[in-house]
This record gives sequence, C-alpha cells and structure tokens, in this order.
Amino acid sequence: MKTLLTALLCALFAGGAAAQVPFERIAHADKEPGNWLTYSRNYQGHRFSPLAEINAANVGNLKIKWAFQFPNPSNEVSPIVVDGVMYITGPNAAAALDARTGRTLWIWKRPIPTDYHNIGFARVNRGPAILDDKLYVTTLDCYLVALDLKSGTQLWATKVGDYKLGYSMTVAPLAIDGKVVVGVSGGEAGIRGFVDAYDARTGKQAWRFWTIPGPGEPGHETWSGESWKTGGGSTWVTGVYDPELKLVYWGVGNPGPDWNGDVRPGDNLYTCSLLALDANSGRLRWHFQFSPHETHDWDAAHVPVLLDAKINGRERKLIVNANRNAFYYVLDRATGEFLTGRPYAKQTWARGLDGKGRPVVVADTEPNEKGALVYPNLNGATVWFSPSYSPQTGLFYVAVREIGSVYFKRDAEYKPGTFFAGGGEDELPVDDAWGAIRALDPASGEMRWEFKLHSPPWAGVLSTAGGLVFSGSDEGNFYALDARTGKPLWDFQTGGGINANPISFNVDGHQRIAISANAVLYVLGL
Amino acid sequence: MRVNKALVAVVLCGLVIRPAALGQANPVTSQTSEKPADLPAGKRSFERHCALCHGMDGKGGRGPGLNRARLVHAPDDAALKSVISDGIPPEMPEGWFFSEEDVANVAAYVRSLGKMPPDPLPGDPTRGAAAYAKSGCASCHIIGGAGSGFGPDLSEVGDRRNAAYIRRAILKPGAALPDGFLYVRAVTAQGETIEGIRANEDTFSIQIKDASGHFHSLRKQELKDLQKLRGQSPMPSYEGVLDAATLDDLVAYLASQRAKE
Repeated sequence: MKTLLTALLCALFAGGAAAQVPFERIAHADKEPGNWLTYSRNYQGHRFSPLAEINAANVGNLKIKWAFQFPNPSNEVSPIVVDGVMYITGPNAAAALDARTGRTLWIWKRPIPTDYHNIGFARVNRGPAILDDKLYVTTLDCYLVALDLKSGTQLWATKVGDYKLGYSMTVAPLAIDGKVVVGVSGGEAGIRGFVDAYDARTGKQAWRFWTIPGPGEPGHETWSGESWKTGGGSTWVTGVYDPELKLVYWGVGNPGPDWNGDVRPGDNLYTCSLLALDANSGRLRWHFQFSPHETHDWDAAHVPVLLDAKINGRERKLIVNANRNAFYYVLDRATGEFLTGRPYAKQTWARGLDGKGRPVVVADTEPNEKGALVYPNLNGATVWFSPSYSPQTGLFYVAVREIGSVYFKRDAEYKPGTFFAGGGEDELPVDDAWGAIRALDPASGEMRWEFKLHSPPWAGVLSTAGGLVFSGSDEGNFYALDARTGKPLWDFQTGGGINANPISFNVDGHQRIAISANAVLYVLGL
Repeated sequence: MRVNKALVAVVLCGLVIRPAALGQANPVTSQTSEKPADLPAGKRSFERHCALCHGMDGKGGRGPGLNRARLVHAPDDAALKSVISDGIPPEMPEGWFFSEEDVANVAAYVRSLGKMPPDPLPGDPTRGAAAYAKSGCASCHIIGGAGSGFGPDLSEVGDRRNAAYIRRAILKPGAALPDGFLYVRAVTAQGETIEGIRANEDTFSIQIKDASGHFHSLRKQELKDLQKLRGQSPMPSYEGVLDAATLDDLVAYLASQRAKE
C-alpha cells in the first residue's frame, strides 16, 4: 500500500509540478494559450496573450485573486507560468509559486557579494527562462544559474563576466533550442560588452559575440586607439528569436563613456545597434545601427518585435523596434535592410532618417560643458519595459516617455569597476513631463491612438485576445484600455510604482493577469 | 541603463540643517581618505548637480543653505557622503552618477561651505512674531502646532529655505512655489467648482485640498474641466502691505524657525 502511494505521488509530481518544457513547446506557444513559457510569451517578442475570457465587457469586474510580497522593493520581474506553477525572480533570487494561491513552492537565493556595486542601474532581475527540466536565472554578480524545476536546487552556475570590472546581469535569459542566450549590464562602467550562448544542459559556453569588435575584426575601424577596450555595448534587454531563420536578435547598449564622445571618434560599432546572430555559431548575420557615435545614453534596449506585414504591396518578414532615441524602425529581418522609420515621440536631436535609416543629426545637440537641452531624456522615449504586438488588432503598442533634459559633458577617466560616464543630465521639472500608451501601425509607425499618462511610465504593455491592452503607471495605476481605441476601461491603484511587464495565463481554465508593483506581485482575475 | 526614478522625482532638496551651535566645522577631508579631496572639482560638481536647489554659492534657494557648520542629516563625513550618493528620498535625488572620488570632492566642498558666515538678517524675530500674528498668516500656516494646515507647515522653514527665498515667497507667492505645489480648479459633472491645492494626482484620479482643509477625491474622466493654475498660489501677496522694516522682521522670524535640538 505504501509503495503504491509512493508510486502514485511520484507519478503525480512527474505529471504536475515537474512539467517538461522542450523547445518545441516554446516555439509553438500559441498551442498553449494558458501558459507563459518565455519572456515575451513567444519568441517573436509579441507579449500578446491569446486568452480572451477577460474582455472589454467584463474587465470592470477584475479582482485581486492573490498577492505575493517580495523581500525587496522595485521588482521588474516578468514571470514564467507553466501548468499551474509560476516562476519569479528577484536580485540573486528565484521562487516557484502555486499559480492558484501564490503560496511558495520553493525559494532559491544566492548571496550578493559585499564588494558588488551596481553601477548605473537598480538591483533588480527581469525574469527567468525555462527549458526542459531547468529554470535559468541571471545574477547581479554575473552568473548564469540553472535550477531544478522541481526543487529549486542549483544544478550549475557559470561565470559570465567579472562583476569587479562592472559586468552585471539583470536580464531574463532567452532559452532556445539547446542553448540559453544572455547579455550583460555595465554600460556605465566601461565594460566591453557581449552576447553569450551557453549549452542549456551543461552550462558550458557555446559562443560569444563581442559587441565591440577587437583588432582585425570588422567594425574595429569605427573606434580609435584603445577606446574599444572600454567601449561599453551592454546587452541588458532580452532579445527575440526566429526559429525558421535560426537567428537571434539582440539590442546593444550605449558606447562608453556615455556622454563624452570625444575620446571615441567614429561610429562606435556595434553600440546602439540591433544584431542578428546565427543561433548555432553566434556569427553576425547583419547589424543595424540606430544611433552612430551616440552621446545621450540611448541604448538599443527595447525588445524588438518580429511580425510579417505588407510594405509597398509586398509581404515582408519584418523586425520592428521602438528605439530609445524616439524613432520607430522597420527592417527586413532576414537581411537587416532598412525599410522605413519615423519618430513616435518628441525628439529634437535629428531632422529625420536618411534612405538607409541613418539619423540626420541636428547641430549642437551633443552634451557640452554648459548643458544642451535635448528630447528625449537619457532614459529615452521608451526603454527596457516591453512593447506588445496584437495579431488580432494588427497594432503595435508602446509605453512612451515624453521628457527632455539638459545634457552635460565632462571628463571621464577609466578605472575598473567604477563609473565611466563622462557627464550626466538635469531633468526638466516633473510637471512638464508626461507619458502615453501609443498604438502604432507596425508597418509604418504611424500613430493610431494614444492614451495619455500623468507622468513618463516605467511599465511594459500586454495585449490580449480579449481586445485589451494592460499597462501600469509610475503612480501605481494598473489599467486596461480598449485595444482598438485606447479608451480606458478599468484601473486599480496598486499602491506602488509599476516598473514591470504584465503577463497573462490560466488557472483552472480561468484567465489571470499578473503585474509587479514595487514590492508586491498582484494576480487578478474575474 | 535603468536610472533610478529618484532622479525623476521632485528635486526639492531636503537637507535639514541646524545652526552652528557648537561653532565647530568638520575637517575638510575625511581622516580615512587616502588622498586629499579636490575642492575645485567638488565645486564644479556641486554647481552642476546641487546648485539647482542649494544655490550656486551653496547658500540655499529651493533647498536649504549649506553654509552651516552642522548638517543634521550629515553629522559626519561618512553620513555626508552617503547623503550625496543616496539622496534623501523623496525630496533629494541620489547622486548615482558620482564616482567615489566625486562624492569625496563634493563632500569636501560642502564642508568648506560650513565655514562661510551665515547671511546677516536685518530684522528682529520677536517683532516678526507679532507681524506674523497680525498679518493673519496662521489662518493658513502652522508653526509649532498652532495655526491652520491649508498651506505648508512653517515650523522648520528656516531649515529648508534661506532668507531670500522666504522674502520672495511673502512678496510674490506665485514666484516661489515649492516643487510639486500646484493650485488647481476642477469643475465636476454636476457643475460644482472646486479650487485648492493638489494633494496628489495620478493618471485616473486627483486629490484636492480646499481652503477649508477638506479633501476632494475626484475621478479625472468624470470632470467637466480641470485647470492646473501653474504659477498661482492661494496666498495673497504682501507687497505694499507690509512696510520694509516689518517685512525684515517677518523674514527674520521665519528664518529662525528651525528644528529643536
């Protein structure tokens, strides 16, 4: 009898909490509308949920089902949900929660070294990745860690970079076929950035692509002297993947030092660029640089989105990006060819884009000693929080920051593991700044509607097949808009500023929406 | 990179400072630092990042003057450095962009300001107290627990504002508004007009405190009209109302309102 019970329990666990998540399940995410299997729910970066139980007619009845309190403030996590279990992360921590009740199933922690410094960003983590029987988590002290899904036991931890040199990780990994792709933070510390892939089973490095080319490599000529060694090019926002083309797309951060470009004449490849990397070899297929020789800290740090649309009457495989520099770009994702682009927010630094997508820069908009007033501010017209694309409405949704600032330049001296920024900014008074959720035509970037926000937001956007768009405000409002019109349908004051991306999943066949607001994770349903 | 929101937050400076009771300035450099601080570099950083609130000369403005020997939030150099690096949420933004050396230089410069003599005040605080009572200030302000809380509490205003700022606020209230202060006029769906100080606001709601101290909670979507009366204050100007000597007295009285030891 006892043996039978044990066998039954084992079988229950094997079939329940210990779900296996092979690559094929993630690649066909739309077959599992009730799960959220990768950072943006699908490899295409859509952050769209096919769930439709919650819709414009009933969203007014949304209620809190449960809440989870983090031990730390300002959480930016985008959870993963598989078969009734939610996986979340924090700084050097991860947990599995019962998605029905929010009760903890296991917790994993790794001490943050006492001599660790976060240089230019907060101590956060943006979420885990899942593949087969493992959960993948990045740490501030720059390790990629694999945990056992069932127990949270650490299976391996691979050192990705040296935190003593300013390398750090806050990024949610991207788990693809047999590999886990990650990037690093440290763009304000004079790192030399890279995108890495690791063997998902063993943690052994599969490939590395340096975002700042070394001597003899193409692109090295866009740096002068030794400046490439401290050229920045962080890779701190999760990329996307095209399983057919087998290309990983990843954005690259600002050059170092940020606001003083005098020491690095040239275009400074591949900073502020989008990379298309061969998933097997890590070799560069193509690149597109949004902001050559950038001096405002406008990392290419917004999730790029893969979609297909007609351009000039021809169906094209596209990759689109709402860039921190306030321009929206449409590229061919097989070749990197620039197709079109236009501003989606106020900007005062470029007259426009030329035929190849290169900005036509306005004179005297670089930081200087006395200060130069430029829109957008250093955080950009949008930044790491995710956009959303709804195949249902055919619209691209982006949380927009309307804010300018006065940029200063000063000397920068590189010392390992310290600030290497070369200036800064003074922001304009708060009441002059505002925000919006904008719906864009993805093929042209033309605005279809706008919902204004009291202040520039720090929260991403989720769209759903219920015809809704969810996002959050810096004052703690979590809200739902009509995905076709932008009309506000429901809002809730969470009590904490929202710096996170919403997700949606099913529990017992009923739709849930999850959002982190400062130190609390809320899960809502009808 | 992700910059902490404190930078975006109100740039109202909140270093609370006490008078130089002991008459003793801290040493310019920390005893534990390996090399002497670079004062001119500290001054440059201060002028760029701190002067907006504390004044180009460090004598204060929107924020308190720092030309005092004793800073309450920064009794020693370690505390001063951590205030410069971490700010004083939510009023004073953090200086995340400063390197360790920058912080040491700014700290040294701030300490050097403590050796500057405070600005002389021509008025008499005792006569100023009488002018405060006679002018009706207590019908909107509280000092030491007495008065009405429609306007800002002035109990420790001398710690937050210098004399020049206080004088300007009395003469031209709309030209010396605290950061985040906003006078608003809302018209409800029923046609009722509500005027008052904005207590808080988000994308969907606004909270207004009217002159009687009553709080109104309003849904923005349901309002017929919402006007933000920027640069306006419900406080009357005392320009031409107070003679020069009485004004000096009132300024001296308010500037003497400081935290108790």
